[in-house]
Amino acid sequence: MEPFTSHTGIVAALDRANVDTDQIIPKQFLKRIERTGFGQFLFSDWRFLPDGSPDPAFELNRPEAAGATVLLARRNFGCGSSREHAPWALADYGFRVVIAPTFADIFFNNCFQNGMLPVKLSEDEVAELFRRTAATGQPYRLTVDLETNTVTDTGGFTASFSVDPFRRRCLLEGLDDIALSLTHADEISAWEAAHGLPAVGG
Amino acid sequence: MPAPRTLLDKIWDEHVVCTPTGELPLLYIDRHLVHEVTSPQAFEGLRLAGRRVRRPEATFATPDHNVPTTDRRLPIADPVSKQQIDTLRANCQEFGVRLFDLGDADQGIVHVIGPELGITQPGMTIVCGDSHTATHGALGALAFGIGTSEVEHVLATQTLRQAKPKSFEIRVTGRLPEGVTAKDLVLHLIGRLSTEGGTGYVLEYTGECIRGLGMAERMTVCNMSIEAGARAGMIAPDATTFDYLRGRDFAPADFDGAMAAWERLPSDPEAVYDRVEIFSAADVVPQVTWGTNPAQVVGVDGDVPDPGSLGDSSEQASAVRALEYMGLAVGTRITDIPLDRVFIGSCTNSSIEDLRAAANVIKGHRVAATVRAMVVPGSGRVKRQAEEEGLDRVFTAAGFEWREAGCSMCLGMNPDTLAPGERCASTSNRNFEGRQGKGGRTHLVSPAMAAAAAVRGHFVDIRGWEYR
Repeated sequence: MEPFTSHTGIVAALDRANVDTDQIIPKQFLKRIERTGFGQFLFSDWRFLPDGSPDPAFELNRPEAAGATVLLARRNFGCGSSREHAPWALADYGFRVVIAPTFADIFFNNCFQNGMLPVKLSEDEVAELFRRTAATGQPYRLTVDLETNTVTDTGGFTASFSVDPFRRRCLLEGLDDIALSLTHADEISAWEAAHGLPAVGG
Repeated sequence: MPAPRTLLDKIWDEHVVCTPTGELPLLYIDRHLVHEVTSPQAFEGLRLAGRRVRRPEATFATPDHNVPTTDRRLPIADPVSKQQIDTLRANCQEFGVRLFDLGDADQGIVHVIGPELGITQPGMTIVCGDSHTATHGALGALAFGIGTSEVEHVLATQTLRQAKPKSFEIRVTGRLPEGVTAKDLVLHLIGRLSTEGGTGYVLEYTGECIRGLGMAERMTVCNMSIEAGARAGMIAPDATTFDYLRGRDFAPADFDGAMAAWERLPSDPEAVYDRVEIFSAADVVPQVTWGTNPAQVVGVDGDVPDPGSLGDSSEQASAVRALEYMGLAVGTRITDIPLDRVFIGSCTNSSIEDLRAAANVIKGHRVAATVRAMVVPGSGRVKRQAEEEGLDRVFTAAGFEWREAGCSMCLGMNPDTLAPGERCASTSNRNFEGRQGKGGRTHLVSPAMAAAAAVRGHFVDIRGWEYR
């Protein structure tokens, strides 16, 4: 997994709450058996007009959001299905960071598996970032630093966030968590020996 | 004396393998359920790393999300769907995983066949790459959905990295009124908790109302825990649970011995939850969602609400968007909303009990001329049982389509979808934009409410239904 230490990039502001994973990656695109190539389908139902051209009214299609790598949204981002295709699509599109006041649990965990950092800030801080993104009509940049756990811009905005220390370490070091867990194989075997493998009937 | 513990505490404590310094605990997973959509990348990951499935005999697979619900003897028309189903078959063969394949008598929706076959048991930890894994908590298991990377982790290690969630007791007092179902109860609860009220928690449903529910009803309630943001919902095992499990294919050989252990699982009387909310079953009326998330719900005797009357500014903005998408005007009576489609099925409401309830409403009636209606049983077993009872003939005589088992129009990955603008009364679990087909409009209801809506062509209050 690609490590995440610090990232500076353009912000795309998606001013919506309860953005569900069915919107992030609609089900008709879940049939691929690869992890890659989902970015072209990100927010497909919102992003494209019926004729397949980009909808200019959709937030990600605005000129100032071109090349965005930091996604800003309202609360409960990523609710709904467990599909990891959602973070795959966001990452493949180019996002490295999602900032919101709250996230759905499964989506939140899935981000960390893909070198993408979900950042929880307060409602007020998120509201301020929406104001700053919209203020100039120009691309707005944020720096998200996982070593200092801070989000900053060049205009005086600073906010700090917390991350589970283990998830943080995995991201900073780009760890393969399965390999790490397999270093505890003896403990797993010991658990199985102590509990007896749960009986499988049939 | 040991400190009193909740059901969650007991299962959690039992399953923590170790908590290495500076790391999240490794939680042992007793049962891993696998389907075709969220597993191919996980098996590919194992292959690339040269890893094996640690406990193939604790891993069970079935294709459900993608499968056609038409005649199973016909080839699968969509080559991409076919490839995903073929891939599952090949992976199960290569890694030694038990597959309930298309054409197998026991194939079905993964959350229906787990309990039905007795794979799901009290006190177990159960995961699946699907958010509705919460269903299995109805049998007193800790069950939750995971992503594909976690699927790979469980396949390789039989454990999951997991921080302990908080506990949330949802106590429901009294009994549900006549005509009000478990689906109405859980929609009512979600409406009050919001779509994120349960985030970070495991919900434990308790109280007289819950104790009085049958297994199918309990599964309906636990199934939708995720729609309130909770990864898991659970109900303490009791005589209802044990009676349901006894004699099922994968039930323990020493059933009485297992039962003695299961009887120790319910939360201790003095156990403390991180949060408690108390609801009255008597307050619940038949529910209909009006918006694009399951918390946007109202009683069938109500109207489409004014967004200005709801929550804070972001909830209000959500509601404005939802009404626009749903093509609904503020103040419209719910019973005046006309329908094009009716779907009875999904892991939420496809049990034999659900089909009986719907058939009972339909008996002697016809589906309205303006409505196309279908029934999709949750599993091959449910389908056969229904056919033995003659329910299929009740449905087809009334004008319903009678289909093969699968997830079908709950998420419309297979050909069962809504056309843009079509409005559907659905017994499924999500009314998100485009969930049942791009531009489709979904209203979540109980099976009885869906059946009545099919007959009348619009929503009706099932409490006043004329049964024939």
